[in-house]
Amino acid sequence: MSESGKVLVITSGKGGVGKTTTTANLGMALAAQGHSVALVDADFGLRNLDLLLGLENRIVYNILDVLSGDCRLEQALVRDKRQNRLALLPAAQTRDKNAITPDQTREITAQLAENFQYVLVDCPAGIEQGFRNAISGAHRAVVVTTPEVSAVRDADRVIGLLEAAGLKETELIINRLRPQMVKENNMMSVEDVLEILAIKLLGVVPEDEKVIVTTNRGEPIVLGETLSPAGQAYVNIARRIQGVSVPLMDLEGPAPNFLERLRNLFGRKN
Amino acid sequence: MIMELLDKIFNREGKTSSRTQAKDRLKVVLAYDRTDISPQTMAKMREEILEVVGRYFELESESLEVQLDRDGTSTALIANVPIRRVKTSDSD
Repeated sequence: MSESGKVLVITSGKGGVGKTTTTANLGMALAAQGHSVALVDADFGLRNLDLLLGLENRIVYNILDVLSGDCRLEQALVRDKRQNRLALLPAAQTRDKNAITPDQTREITAQLAENFQYVLVDCPAGIEQGFRNAISGAHRAVVVTTPEVSAVRDADRVIGLLEAAGLKETELIINRLRPQMVKENNMMSVEDVLEILAIKLLGVVPEDEKVIVTTNRGEPIVLGETLSPAGQAYVNIARRIQGVSVPLMDLEGPAPNFLERLRNLFGRKN
Repeated sequence: MIMELLDKIFNREGKTSSRTQAKDRLKVVLAYDRTDISPQTMAKMREEILEVVGRYFELESESLEVQLDRDGTSTALIANVPIRRVKTSDSD
């Protein structure tokens, strides 16, 4: 596992579980921790990574212009104004996922890996051509799921496809966990999801309203001076990506009070 | 009386938590997803299991349950075959 030239694909199967938010925040966190990072938006026709990063007004060229020779790769990269170690390669918004092939994606990510320590590819939802493209140059994969039945089912499918594609390093991020609901037995816990998916856990991100606020502003949540729970979780995950061992955050909050203990004692089954 | 009251207070009227239900339902659906077995094949297998077991037992055939289940990395075929009684040779 070499430190430089690591291409990671962030994927999930199901849409709306937080892939793009995860990509934006992990990219920003890795850059803040001193690494050069290129983010690749592989979601053709539905690009959003630019918007989450607040870079939407600075796009001149996109990945298709690079492939067609209309510009050089460096020209298409949008440098982040807050964090100059971070750059974005935008997707084409007007073309569909068939406008690019897996070989072309592999070529582009390999080129980026020569100049950046981490290349993060934001995969589109689904398991069709766009997914095939996005994973083709990756050395490692991060699967994002929420603790919901549909998301976990789709994550399982994607894990199988990644394995079939020969990606050996696949890790899981459980996003939007609500510890209080888990406590009340109304949401699957981290352990429940891991038991079902049988995959290595990279991190857990709690549900956090701040994500919506920071997304509105185009400022990744890891940028704040005082980190909210989700921001802290992403910072921790970024460190784990570098191979640093960081313990999971305590999301459980304070120990159960008297009434909760009583309830557990007489409690509903598990 | 007291237990009923406690049940009411602590909401444990035999209702499985949605968390457990989610997990159980996922285990079953993933077992099918991963093995990629068609419903037709499952139905055929169900009939054949009934036929084989039926040679030895009198069955309540309508209540046969055949299901795939998944735990971690292993999949199991679970068949629940309620029997009335063992067939003896003279009852054939």
